[in-house]
Amino acid sequence: MSDDTQKQTGAVHLTTDNFKATLNNEDGLIVFVDFFAEWCGPCKMAAPIVDKLADEYRGKAIIAKLNVDENNQTAAEYGVMSIPTVIIFKDGEEVDRQIGFPGEDGFRQMIDKNL
Amino acid sequence: MAHAQVIIIGSGPAGYTAGIYASRAKLKPTLFAGDKPGGQLMNTTLVENWPGTEAGVMGPELMMEMRQQAAKFGAEIIDKKVTQVDFSGKLKQIWVGDKLYETKTVIVATGAAGIMLGVPGEQEFLGRGVATCAVCDAPFYRDKIAMVIGGGDAAIEDAMALTKFASKVYLVHRRDELRASKVMAERVINAEKVEILWNSELKRVLGDKLVEKVEIYNNKTDQTQEIATQGVFLAIGHKPVTEIFKDQLELDQKGFIKTNLSYPAVTATSVDGVFAAGDVVDYRYKQAITSAGMGCQAALDVERWLEQQQR
Repeated sequence: MSDDTQKQTGAVHLTTDNFKATLNNEDGLIVFVDFFAEWCGPCKMAAPIVDKLADEYRGKAIIAKLNVDENNQTAAEYGVMSIPTVIIFKDGEEVDRQIGFPGEDGFRQMIDKNL
Repeated sequence: MAHAQVIIIGSGPAGYTAGIYASRAKLKPTLFAGDKPGGQLMNTTLVENWPGTEAGVMGPELMMEMRQQAAKFGAEIIDKKVTQVDFSGKLKQIWVGDKLYETKTVIVATGAAGIMLGVPGEQEFLGRGVATCAVCDAPFYRDKIAMVIGGGDAAIEDAMALTKFASKVYLVHRRDELRASKVMAERVINAEKVEILWNSELKRVLGDKLVEKVEIYNNKTDQTQEIATQGVFLAIGHKPVTEIFKDQLELDQKGFIKTNLSYPAVTATSVDGVFAAGDVVDYRYKQAITSAGMGCQAALDVERWLEQQQR
């Protein structure tokens, strides 16, 4: 996705393949995962905010998104039955979950609380 | 401290339309969009009755267009929730957390929110099988059993959305006939996958990590039975979002803001300089178009009110 000349911006796109590896990242960063789909209205509202937070928290937390249609196994594994759902993972374990879009402040508080 | 000419609270069709009109009138509105920007239409799919869109328009797209249109003309849109208001002074005070905003006029367009039943298991399983937006979450119920609670148009839209994915859909309604419009009622009655449970009420949601079954009480036979389902969608109606205004504005018994009071304008509330529009005042029509119309009226009323103050 990103090449060497261009700095990556926005949230990291996760798939079932790299999901576990990202949760257990070497830097020990918390991972914020936005479970979303293209057909979900509130997800569309959340998307630009998630991208903005990704840039802002770079180096402090991994802000990522997972398309539930393309990765339904992973969504099912974590019991995601409603979107948007955001789960925060620390050392591979779920430490926080938000169902529904809480606005930019809601996301920010959620991340800060778990940093 | 600098104060605003007008602050709009709410971001459904009423709020955004008020934002479009107020910004075009050069009132530099600040609009607090809340924690669910776009309002109820964000939870819909195709809106077929918005005039000027013969092919229909997706609810979320319509709302994002309205938002951009208001922003284009200069409305400042803030995705934050107003937490407290004080309308007693000449300048109206509005708090967002501990940040205070002062304004000459206010347009309240906070809309309505889905009603929860308050039965055991409902909160516990919210987002884990209990849901309020079928068109959002229907694809999670592929080849599963789902259930919709309610008997109005929204309940039927939910049931129909679920039939595209679920293997079976129960529609649970506490009466023996549907409240929905004829065209919608016929649609659901003729739907193969839908079984309507008449005279039935949800009493309890049960499961381990996710919903597994529910208890349904039949109010005619006085019997309670367990039914296996993975999804419970609540579509029993909406109530106005007026919690923060209850000591500030005159409300009716059901919590809707009363209008046409302090100032000769249909959107004027009991407090001079405070106006209200959309589902927060409307217990009857509740349409995107009627809300937008009221938002327009409120902005025009604000404009006239401000002009009269300057004389």
